[in-house]
Amino acid sequence: MTIDRRRFLAAASAGAATLAAPALVRAQGGGVVRIGEVNSYTAQPAFLKPYRQGWELAQEQANAAGGRRFETIFRDDGGKPEDAVRHAGDLVNAEKVDLIAGGYLSNIGLALADFALQNKRLYAASEPLTDALVWSKGNRYTFRLRPSTYMQAAMLVEEAAKLPARKWAVIAPNYEYGQSAVKWFKELLKKAKPDVEFVAEQFPALGRIDAGATVQALEAAKPDAIFNVTFAGDLSNFVRQGNTRGLFEGRAVVSMLTGEPEYLDPLGAEAPVGWIVTGYPHADIRTPEHTAFADAYRAKYNDYPRLGSVVGYSTMQSIAAAVARAQSTETEKLVEAFSGLKFTSVFGPAEYRAIDHQSTVGAYVGRTALKDGKGVMVDWRYADGAKYLPPDDVVKTLRPAG
Amino acid sequence: MLDLILTQMLNGMASASSLFLVASGLSIIFGVTRIVNFAHGSLYMLGAYLAVTLVGAFGPASPLGFWGGILLAAFLVGLIGIVIEVVILRRIYQAPELFQLLATFGVVLMVQDIALAVWGPEDRLGPRAPGFKSFVMILDSRFPSYELFLIAVGPLVLGLLWFLFRRTRWGTLVRAATQDREMVGALGVDQRLLFTSVFGFGAALAGLGGALQLPREAVTLHMDLSTIAEVFVVVVVGGLGSVGGAYLAAVLIGVLHAFGILIFPKITLVLVFLVMAVVLIVKPYGLMGRKPAATLPGAAGIEPLLTPATPGAKLAGLAALLLLAAAPLAVSDAWLLTLTELVIFALFAASLHVMMGPGGMASFGHAAYFGLGAYGAALAVKWLGAPMEPALLLAPFLAGIAGIVFGWFCVRLSGVYMAMLTLAFAQIAWATAFQWVELTGGDNGILGVWPSAWAVPKAVFFYLTLAICAASVLLLRRLVFSPLGYALRAGRDSPLRAEAIGIDVMRVQWAAFAIAAFAAGIAGALFAFSKGSVFPTYLAIPRSVDALLMVLLGGVQTVSGPVVGAFAYIGLSEQLVKLTPYWRFTLGLAIVLLVSLFPRGLVGGFLAWRDRRDAGDPAR
Amino acid sequence: MSGIEPVLSVRELAKSFGGVRAVQGVSFDVAAGEMLALIGPNGAGKSTCFNMLGGQLAPDSGAVTLLGRSIAGAKPREIWRRGVGRTFQITATFASMSVRENVQMALISQAGGAWNPLAPARARHVAAAEALLAQVGMLEQAGRACGILAYGDLKRVELAIALANGPRLLLMDEPTAGMAPQERIALMALVARIAKAEAIAVLFTEHDMDVVFAHADRVLVLDRGRLIADGPPHAVRNDAGVRAVYLGTDDGAEGA
Repeated sequence: MTIDRRRFLAAASAGAATLAAPALVRAQGGGVVRIGEVNSYTAQPAFLKPYRQGWELAQEQANAAGGRRFETIFRDDGGKPEDAVRHAGDLVNAEKVDLIAGGYLSNIGLALADFALQNKRLYAASEPLTDALVWSKGNRYTFRLRPSTYMQAAMLVEEAAKLPARKWAVIAPNYEYGQSAVKWFKELLKKAKPDVEFVAEQFPALGRIDAGATVQALEAAKPDAIFNVTFAGDLSNFVRQGNTRGLFEGRAVVSMLTGEPEYLDPLGAEAPVGWIVTGYPHADIRTPEHTAFADAYRAKYNDYPRLGSVVGYSTMQSIAAAVARAQSTETEKLVEAFSGLKFTSVFGPAEYRAIDHQSTVGAYVGRTALKDGKGVMVDWRYADGAKYLPPDDVVKTLRPAG
Repeated sequence: MLDLILTQMLNGMASASSLFLVASGLSIIFGVTRIVNFAHGSLYMLGAYLAVTLVGAFGPASPLGFWGGILLAAFLVGLIGIVIEVVILRRIYQAPELFQLLATFGVVLMVQDIALAVWGPEDRLGPRAPGFKSFVMILDSRFPSYELFLIAVGPLVLGLLWFLFRRTRWGTLVRAATQDREMVGALGVDQRLLFTSVFGFGAALAGLGGALQLPREAVTLHMDLSTIAEVFVVVVVGGLGSVGGAYLAAVLIGVLHAFGILIFPKITLVLVFLVMAVVLIVKPYGLMGRKPAATLPGAAGIEPLLTPATPGAKLAGLAALLLLAAAPLAVSDAWLLTLTELVIFALFAASLHVMMGPGGMASFGHAAYFGLGAYGAALAVKWLGAPMEPALLLAPFLAGIAGIVFGWFCVRLSGVYMAMLTLAFAQIAWATAFQWVELTGGDNGILGVWPSAWAVPKAVFFYLTLAICAASVLLLRRLVFSPLGYALRAGRDSPLRAEAIGIDVMRVQWAAFAIAAFAAGIAGALFAFSKGSVFPTYLAIPRSVDALLMVLLGGVQTVSGPVVGAFAYIGLSEQLVKLTPYWRFTLGLAIVLLVSLFPRGLVGGFLAWRDRRDAGDPAR
Repeated sequence: MSGIEPVLSVRELAKSFGGVRAVQGVSFDVAAGEMLALIGPNGAGKSTCFNMLGGQLAPDSGAVTLLGRSIAGAKPREIWRRGVGRTFQITATFASMSVRENVQMALISQAGGAWNPLAPARARHVAAAEALLAQVGMLEQAGRACGILAYGDLKRVELAIALANGPRLLLMDEPTAGMAPQERIALMALVARIAKAEAIAVLFTEHDMDVVFAHADRVLVLDRGRLIADGPPHAVRNDAGVRAVYLGTDDGAEGA
């Protein structure tokens, strides 16, 4: 029991410190930029632990560089959109944050975006991939960093269209992200290669895949190629059952996010070989921006960066750039600063497009391979997000005016 | 085609074995101790994680290292089970029915953070089993040999359990206790030892189930909750306390699931609950369960006399209400948001209490009506273009109508069976909200459900919420002390007597069910407008669990308990989330401590203390 | 027995459980004001018989007529509405209510007021409830919870509840079980007095032969589901068949 008590006391005093902080900060004057960050920390720790570390690293660097100080209050929504909205309200009203940020699941991103619109606060969405966030439900106050489902689908379709495969099967988690990834993939691939047909669809519930039966059902359709959107534990189970049952033999597999270390590393020696994936070949990128980031990250945390680290780091970076550009923390000024903001992300130069508030940060597209008993990406290239978005006139029809 | 049918059958059987191992442990624990063990999924998860570590340490390549690691993991989980039983549960066997559930939920929360701290956030893919790494050809398909091994494990464990229960003294005692708990006391058996050993044994089975998943599935931090609902379904479909029934149910669900993937790939999650609903409607005590000897609810202890509030209590209630009414003058907008939420949850808890307390009908799916109220409001706004006022009026009727329909089936069952049927209906409602994307927006929910302009200021909306919720809670309270409330309580205390004095117990329960649903719908509609959005999570299991926790924490046998429980539980969890990243561990610990200190709930504990003081007998 | 129509008339009542004939071909009448005892060894079918009359079980065949109308197969709550009050072998009262509230509940139900969701129930039928409690000698304990009463007191509360619908027929299954001998005589004397005063027909089962022969106007003897005797106590006592059934047990089958 003593351990429990000590832990409780430590936690409680840490909490007291955060509570006391705002008053202290305000007393120092208006120099500090306060960011309210809401994310599903306990529900999605594999992505979000590195994410938070990346964020904190960027904040530390921004503060060390001089200029305005940044301070972030992190909140855990536990994967529930209603709790995310509650935290946002609390952050804006009680903690007096200047802007909100974060979001992992698509529905939470949309809820926070709606909150931002309602409360006229800037929302820097980091991870939620849904297209609706910047298109059908886009609004003046919401900006998104990650390449969207559409963009990632477009990157993969470019490769998929080169394959001889005609009969495709798809598997995706049964929620917004999986459904819209499948929708775009089908639509774009049909456009690129009108003779393809889709012969099987599997939509396992997120985190609940019955992998053996699902693999069997896909196998029964005898597709030429497979498009996979599952990730995390579902992906591991799918890969293991698929390997044993020979689902992937003689078939091309195109797979979203599978090259991200968060999802590739747990597979260890069973990582698939030759899959076309989007991801993050962290060990092999040699650009100056990335090397500087990766070195600093390794120095601070004694661990290699995951994609979450990149997303957290780049979001914080872009906020710092926007504040510098706005010379203010007033919401309207921040909105203007974010629109068309050019900044340097870990993956290179990028821009928050004025037309739909989507950043042009891209993703790496390549093939999976095994190296020293671990999954890696090979033959990869950086797909600049700017090239994988629809033409401006199409975007205008996708997004409500204003 | 034949090939596919055969392999899907085998896939289903393999899943069934995994389900069965976990479910049999849960069923045995429930049979003997009557504990609804929410932490069973956590024990399963611990089994898997411990196995990853142990097998890794012993060397996964050697059969001894692998199987030794698996068995040791199961054994260690058994020990953990014993510790949980001795340290926590043993203290609260005398508490009202289902109260132990609260403690086991505290354990769930604690284990989640412990697992995260010990094993880290990344999924672990365990090694394959030596000797079962590859596949065999079945007709034209490759079928993993480990799955075949698992198919054999189910019946093997079933046989061992049969042997244990028929051929050993301990097993005989377990069977006797499952049938009639009083009898064991009469036999002169040390009941404490029996309960502890049963809990440890059930935990070890869960641990074994988890450890055996190693070659099959990635070990993740979500294993606990993703398993527990399905395992409960298996136990209830099979018949509580029936191990053979659990195997039958596991096969039924495993096989149906495998074929469901072929036919309805999008509704696999809800399929399980549909099956349970059908089974329970046709066979109210599961496939192989028997009608329990005594009626379950209320049988665990003598219900205290329920009396209307004393003048002092009324004064305290009034003071609390005035304090709330004065809040907008004193506190910040942020606090008003929190208070608005607390007031809404107080009504939500009070609505469940009408069923659970006076009605003796526990619900594991009360969120359905909360969520339907919220969706009713959101749909009225989105599709009818209704402003807030008519939407608020309309929404509870959606919940109420659902309560009338679902309630008609539910009141035909009793105890945990009924609670599980409410869960099945809630899951069906949830799946509807989740899948009917055109109408409900799916998991993206419906946004833009904001109050009318006059109610947008936070203080105004708070007053609106407070007025509606306070009036509703007071009406519910009045209901408890009305003839209908008495008739409801009469049906709970003694259905035999109630029927013999002309009360139609089932209809009274049905009415209470519908009223509770309606009131939950009011809370849900207000919640929708306070958040500006609705999501399927409003109807999901965690929300139902919240309601249960609030009622149990406050005290199911008191009328003001649920309101106090709502403020305590939601208030505590909201503050802890802000204070510490380890809020789950802290909240779980707080729940366990509160449960140990107040085995009748917060208000129940207070009343008992007051009674003792008034009786001038502090020693009792 | 008066020549007027009986309150309860039972004809050829039968019930089997999985091939075992628990009750077969049972016929008898009970008249207003009459105390009729139903006796027999354990397993003779007394409780089954009772539960068919009270509606807890549906008979396989046979007629049960209350005041000229059939109640065979009717639900317990319908039978109560027809004017039948009943007590159970194991007392059934509402443990979380006070003694007074137990009786009030029965009175509320009798008056058709149980669906009122708003009025305070405690204010309903107070005088009538207390009058009934006074009648069974439980008025002093009116405020106590039923959950903590002594067993003999619970039997009295049950009697008061059973009287709340102004019954024409009282069904009492082992009304004195678990009571001290003195209490048994007192309670049955009370029942007999009420029955005579209000012309209530009373059918009761009883193990204690002293109680039976002291208070029954007539005795029915059931053995293995069949009626083997029906007559005044002294005649039944001397009946050869009855003696054979009870042979070797001079005080009936004591101890349920």
